Amino acid sequence: MSTPTSLLRPDLAVIARHVPAGARVLDVGCGDGILMAALRDGRGVDARGLELDPEKVELCVSKGLSVIQGDANRDLAEYPDGAFDYAILSQTLQTAERPHQMLDHLLRVGRRAFVSFPNFAYWRMRLSLLVNGRMPVTPHLPVSWYETENIHHLTIKDFRALLTEKGVKTESCWFFAHDREISPFRANWRAEHAVFQLSR
Amino acid sequence: MVCMPTSASTSLMLPDPLPLDSGQALECVEIAYETYGELAADKRNAILIFHALTGDQHIASPHPITGKPGWWARMVGPGKPIDTDRYHVICANVIGSCMGSTGPASNAPDGQPWAMRFPVITIRDMVRAQIALLDVLGIERVHALVGGSMGGMQALSCAANFPDRAERVLAIATTARHSAQNIAFHEVGRQAIMADPNWQGGDYHATGKAPDAGLAVARMAAHITYLSEAGLTDKFGRRLQDRAAKSFGFDADFQVESYLRHQGLSFTGRFDANSYLYITRAMDYFDLAEEHGGRLADAFRGTTARFCVVSFDTDWLYPTAESRNVVHALNSVAAPVSFVELSAPYGHDSFLLEVPALDRVIKGFIE
Repeated sequence: MSTPTSLLRPDLAVIARHVPAGARVLDVGCGDGILMAALRDGRGVDARGLELDPEKVELCVSKGLSVIQGDANRDLAEYPDGAFDYAILSQTLQTAERPHQMLDHLLRVGRRAFVSFPNFAYWRMRLSLLVNGRMPVTPHLPVSWYETENIHHLTIKDFRALLTEKGVKTESCWFFAHDREISPFRANWRAEHAVFQLSR
Repeated sequence: MVCMPTSASTSLMLPDPLPLDSGQALECVEIAYETYGELAADKRNAILIFHALTGDQHIASPHPITGKPGWWARMVGPGKPIDTDRYHVICANVIGSCMGSTGPASNAPDGQPWAMRFPVITIRDMVRAQIALLDVLGIERVHALVGGSMGGMQALSCAANFPDRAERVLAIATTARHSAQNIAFHEVGRQAIMADPNWQGGDYHATGKAPDAGLAVARMAAHITYLSEAGLTDKFGRRLQDRAAKSFGFDADFQVESYLRHQGLSFTGRFDANSYLYITRAMDYFDLAEEHGGRLADAFRGTTARFCVVSFDTDWLYPTAESRNVVHALNSVAAPVSFVELSAPYGHDSFLLEVPALDRVIKGFIE
């Protein structure tokens, strides 16, 4: 019924592989529940979701997933401390009203967190901005600046700086280009996406 | 007109007196109910549906008085979202009502109608009667509890007070407690009934007169709360009823007036005024947190069910914030809960009307 881990988007596949069986997980911005379903069916994970779009919540409910319709910018504050082993925020940080506060909530609600985001310092982005002088529109960030949900673009370096500032520990990180995992070497140039596993 | 207990449904007498929140116990309680679909041999495919304030057990079969289709015929039936080819659906008339279950219009042990001698009941008392019915039917744990509005209150109350009796709980367009505004609207209705001289302190049954005018006004006021402002505007606007100009009188000039008068009048043909008093009182007394030491989360501690809570964006009677309150409580005791606010133009009544997204959520959650 759910997607096998091997067929998930690579950032989600990495997360799915590193959540231990039986863990309690909150997927913030869970979309149509593809990761939650894979975690539940593949690893017996007790997964809960938070999603803004009612149609996606509907889809999740029809898969038997427990998903609450709500705005992570506001509703994450309502979850009790340490309610989950893992809080997951995939491709959503850059859309947050206050990403630094969302990060705080993730690590309050979950003992650990997975955060994935598009890297704005990827070399094609830099080149596009340098050569064209316009905000880059790429296959991974396909929407024009005035329509994009991504209101807080960031780079891997920016994210690391925020973690240092907040005293958040990086337990692991993974990098991706062209939907494949790449080495961490000069990741801020070479990676389109990053996934961080964090703890306090 | 006073509605009489009807023989259209199956009914049974509960074997034991029913203990009530008031401290009294109700003896010889009759429960009238309808079932649809076959009960599986292991008795695990039952879905108990709770009806709303003026609803009844005729969920998917014609109403015996009005002849209209069942109130949720669009949701319950073969191949419908609640599929009676797969599930055994049970819907029982709540105690205090007037469609066959014991209420103020039923006869007391002295052979006279209970009328206002009927004990004041609560939502939890209604639920106790439904659980007693399940006990008689030998159903230990239902596949799902489902209810909208007052039915949702019963579903939540049942989950809180009988945490092992259901696999799933689906609460639609409802609340965990009646707000001051909810109570206020109900009080308007009750005062309209009691101000009608034909009410006669509730002892109208043998007099050939009933407080129809009062009951109609109560229904008219309540009906407004079930609709949205935009829905009313859309349906009626300021259009006049069968006339070219205002009459400069107090006839039903406007279509909306005519519609409400019709709603009020037709209601008196199928509902008992005293039942209306008792059931609205039960709803007003409903505060699930208060029953559990003041914290709603504590009401759900120990629950073993999965929950789904649904609200509608145009429902101002039980607005989304009330549903979120329930979801928050469930979340804080780590109960598996889904919540969605659906967009529909019909106000509180959306749960009874054509909202395809609701069909999908219900079907998805139940399976």
